[in-house]
Amino acid sequence: MIPQQFEYSAPKTLDEALGLLAEGARPLAGGMSLIPMMKLRLSNPEHLVDLGRIKDLSYIREQGTVIHIGATTTHHDVESSPLLRGKCPLLAETASHIGDVQVRNMGTIGGSVAHADPAADYPAALQALEAKIVLKGAKSERTVSAADFFVDTFTTALESGEIVREVIVPVDGSGTGTSYQKVLQPASGFAIVGIAVRVRKQGDKVAMARIGVTGLSNRAFRATAAEKALEGRSGSPAEIQAVAALVGQGVDANSDLHASADYRLHLASVYAAKALAVALGRIA
Amino acid sequence: MPLPTSALDFGIFNDRRYPLPEVSAMTETINVNINGTTYSHDVEPRLLLIHYLREVVGLTGPHIGCETSLCGACTVELSGKAVKSCAVFAIQCDGAKILTIEGMAANGKLHKIQEAFWNEHGLQCGFCTPGMIMTTKQILDRNPNPSDQEIRHGLEGNLCRCTGYQHIVNAVKAAAKAAGA
Repeated sequence: MIPQQFEYSAPKTLDEALGLLAEGARPLAGGMSLIPMMKLRLSNPEHLVDLGRIKDLSYIREQGTVIHIGATTTHHDVESSPLLRGKCPLLAETASHIGDVQVRNMGTIGGSVAHADPAADYPAALQALEAKIVLKGAKSERTVSAADFFVDTFTTALESGEIVREVIVPVDGSGTGTSYQKVLQPASGFAIVGIAVRVRKQGDKVAMARIGVTGLSNRAFRATAAEKALEGRSGSPAEIQAVAALVGQGVDANSDLHASADYRLHLASVYAAKALAVALGRIA
Repeated sequence: MPLPTSALDFGIFNDRRYPLPEVSAMTETINVNINGTTYSHDVEPRLLLIHYLREVVGLTGPHIGCETSLCGACTVELSGKAVKSCAVFAIQCDGAKILTIEGMAANGKLHKIQEAFWNEHGLQCGFCTPGMIMTTKQILDRNPNPSDQEIRHGLEGNLCRCTGYQHIVNAVKAAAKAAGA
């Protein structure tokens, strides 16, 4: 399969890249979604700007209560980062579920987030982490929350000419328990349903619950009704079951040859219960 | 116009299953080190690494299986990392170091991973084997003593339709043991 012809630039600085993007070029990060789409001619950019040679766009840095992750940081870098494994284990765990070794070696967090596949893994974790996404254009930079960033299938808050410059996630202390549980489509590795959970307890009561959901509908979202129902409770098995049943409530679920809408909703509740139980069990 | 007769005439490759791409003048020069030899070629930006390796350089060890970046038969090592060469443009590899299955044996002696696949019957038809071996190298480079589960997780991006994987997992374990011996 041969993509259409295109012009290729590989600038060494972000400013140079943003200048080209402002003129209508499209960014290439790891290419793990874009290149297959170009081969199928679902995407036919005329000019590609390879972000892979820009220095200092791949990093994982702790700063106070947050961790900054550069756009071209690969999934492998995220899953194997001692900093993230220790201080934001939900993101590292989620990265380890993406695709396969070869895809994780090339694919980047910025590319995955900007692509906004409704079955991608990161968005569930980023919703549960209440992550911030830094968007940069030639003239300005802005920060949006994950909740505002993921708008619809393959649709984000990115404006024309902007790229995802970095993702900011919180440092989770030892009082926080997290888990990502996923039913995967075995051929592609994408999530039929993926649930990311982040919980904190005060005494024996759940003080904070965050539940990010991917694969279920047109975009990753936070199951706020279920979160509220868990907060203030002890997190007993019966409560987990009741809370998990709320995750799909009112959701217009996807239906395809891998799973009908009803089955997806069922999976969402089963895997939410699993993720909640594991996350609660991991609170140190 | 006479029909093109070689891969280079097409600017891309000469597989007749596909419509002939229009000949393009827009090429850029890349320099890559493949299995220790430096190559310099003019390539179209859209030329995939797998087509570059097979049709331009002539290394047909990396196989084209699915062409949709699922099967892993085209796996090669790019700058120390296993990648699916059907999902990378050759032009992205300018200045990079690439290792293919052809570069694994040294001085007429098979690599320990290759020997382990042979000894453990880690292949039947052999089509997936070049990719399996390159991915196995990545698994063992990162974790010299992987568990069965870690091996299976590591091989998720490589499909084999013959063996049922058990002998491949055995081969990876044997290779780990041989490397540690």
